[in-house]
Amino acid sequence: MSNNGSTSWDGYSLKKKREVPEGLWRRCPGCEDMIFTRTVEENLGVCPECRHHFRISARQRIKQLCDQDSFEEQMADYFPVDALNFTDSQAYKQRLRNLQKKTGLTDAVVMGKGFVKGRPLILAALDPNFMMGSMGSVVGEKITVAAELATELQLPLVIVSCSGGARMQEGALSLAQMAKTSAAVGRLHEAGGLFISVLADPTSGGVTASFAMLGDVILAEPGALICFAGPRTIWHTIKVELPAGFQKAEFLLEHGFIDMIVHRKELRSQIARIIDYCGK
Amino acid sequence: MTRTDDFSVAVANEPNGNGYLDFEKPLANLESQIAELRALQAAKGIDYSPEIRQLRSNLVKLTSKIYNNLSAWETVQVARHPRRPILTDYLSLMMKDFRELHGDRCFGDDRAIVTGFGRIGREKVLLVGHRKGRTTKEKVECNFGCAHPEGYRKALLKMKLAEKFRLPIVCLIDTPGAYPGLDAEERGQAQAIAVNLMEMSRLRVPVVCVVIGEGGSGGALGIGVGDRFAIMQFAYYSVISPEGCAAILWKDGAEAPKAAEALKLVSKDLLKRGVVDHIIPEPLGGAHRNPHEAVHNLETHLIKTIRELRRYKIENLIENRYRKLRSIGEFTIAEKTTSRTVRTAAAVETPVKPTARRKTTKA
Ligand SMILES: [Zn+2]
Repeated sequence: MSNNGSTSWDGYSLKKKREVPEGLWRRCPGCEDMIFTRTVEENLGVCPECRHHFRISARQRIKQLCDQDSFEEQMADYFPVDALNFTDSQAYKQRLRNLQKKTGLTDAVVMGKGFVKGRPLILAALDPNFMMGSMGSVVGEKITVAAELATELQLPLVIVSCSGGARMQEGALSLAQMAKTSAAVGRLHEAGGLFISVLADPTSGGVTASFAMLGDVILAEPGALICFAGPRTIWHTIKVELPAGFQKAEFLLEHGFIDMIVHRKELRSQIARIIDYCGK
Repeated sequence: MTRTDDFSVAVANEPNGNGYLDFEKPLANLESQIAELRALQAAKGIDYSPEIRQLRSNLVKLTSKIYNNLSAWETVQVARHPRRPILTDYLSLMMKDFRELHGDRCFGDDRAIVTGFGRIGREKVLLVGHRKGRTTKEKVECNFGCAHPEGYRKALLKMKLAEKFRLPIVCLIDTPGAYPGLDAEERGQAQAIAVNLMEMSRLRVPVVCVVIGEGGSGGALGIGVGDRFAIMQFAYYSVISPEGCAAILWKDGAEAPKAAEALKLVSKDLLKRGVVDHIIPEPLGGAHRNPHEAVHNLETHLIKTIRELRRYKIENLIENRYRKLRSIGEFTIAEKTTSRTVRTAAAVETPVKPTARRKTTKA
């Protein structure tokens, strides 16, 4: 167990970060180089030097995966509610309003029908910029409907997960979404449908412990953190620091929990090929 | 017959022990006064019974006053009370002829989850439950009720066994959470729980779940998907522990009482949002004050529910289970408010045809 305090998990670095002016340039957590932001964007959000996969928004993800202009969004008018009247350092209502303004999304998921290399499918992507892609009632409902649509229309289902887990601000309602989405995926499987689960950095907690781990085929992006209890949770509860590489996509592959690691630029063609093999 | 009365926690009735929670101090005082008077009565042969009766009636009033107004955090304390009945107590007091079944046939036998055949009343069931342990040795042995992946896999394997031989399944939930350790992560804690959620939603036998103490997030849900989901009056069920939530959102674990309040994790709040569909009443002052009554209440609920669920055709049972799971959640659609806190009762009372489709969400 490495215990030198300098271990850095992507996004959970224990080191004090040096300030970097946001905008034109960004620092790559992989190679520590300063890179021109536009270069990263043109490269699908991947560092051209070290192939570090940056987190990308749900809309970027869909744009990258789907054939041009083929995506038809569904349930874009679903809004979260503050069922518990939850307030921590900020009221949940306010937090939602701010993020809705900032991201242009209503909640942390975008879902719809689209085509990947000419193959029709149901696609959902979680957004790391909206409360870390956490699953509350809206995410749960949209993922559930995605699975139901895929079952009904006999289309493959692709969900790109990128999430901190169940959303605390919706309490046990969020917890219930785990059972709800898993049950819907169960029905899809029963009907012989295909579900390709793509795990991006990070996929953790209640999302990993529900639909994300229930794919017929599970793909992950290089270096993605995939876990049940995240490094911070483990630290808080049992005070153990994780060895380097623990819970990374490569680690999960080695332990038999995912099918393959796919570079972002290969994702489209892998998905298309898997759909072909499964005869969907 | 294993219905014994040599219940290790019958000590719950012992007066003036050190098992009082902070907010129970006034009760401790009254109880010690009663004890003193009794001692005096015995020693001096004077009849203090009217005074004792008065004090006893005060005690009842005060207990019900305190317990009717528990804060969320105080409820969490009751759910974690060292003398609260735990799975092993329910096993010895409620289950007849319990035959434990071990192992996940793959990695090991997780002592944090107990599975086995037994009878509740006249109903033969498969029981699955979290085991917490009473003594320090037991607690360590079963990891304080925090299961590893092999525990969840064992649970599923035995539930499949019950499905094969058409036995109803009873799940008794009492865990702070699934174990957040390196070995658990390495062996796929998330995957194990995910598979349980999916498979339990489709089991072709009645599944009755009850939170008897702590309902700690995914660890609770991993054996908590069924046709009925009930909670004991002073148990809690939450997406994250109050301490964990406080550490993340308030940046201070000591703010747990605030987090507990905010998470709305107590039984009546959960019932209001349709997360649980029934509250099992506890004896005056909590299950730890009268374990036999708590056991009786749970037993009554289980027998009644199993008998009721047996009446459904299996297809209807599964369709209703799906509808129930599916109906939980609150959101709005554009301007039209269609908040759907769903009373599961309405959905489950009427058996539906297997072909029935869910209602569209738009009102
Ligand atoms: Zn780089």
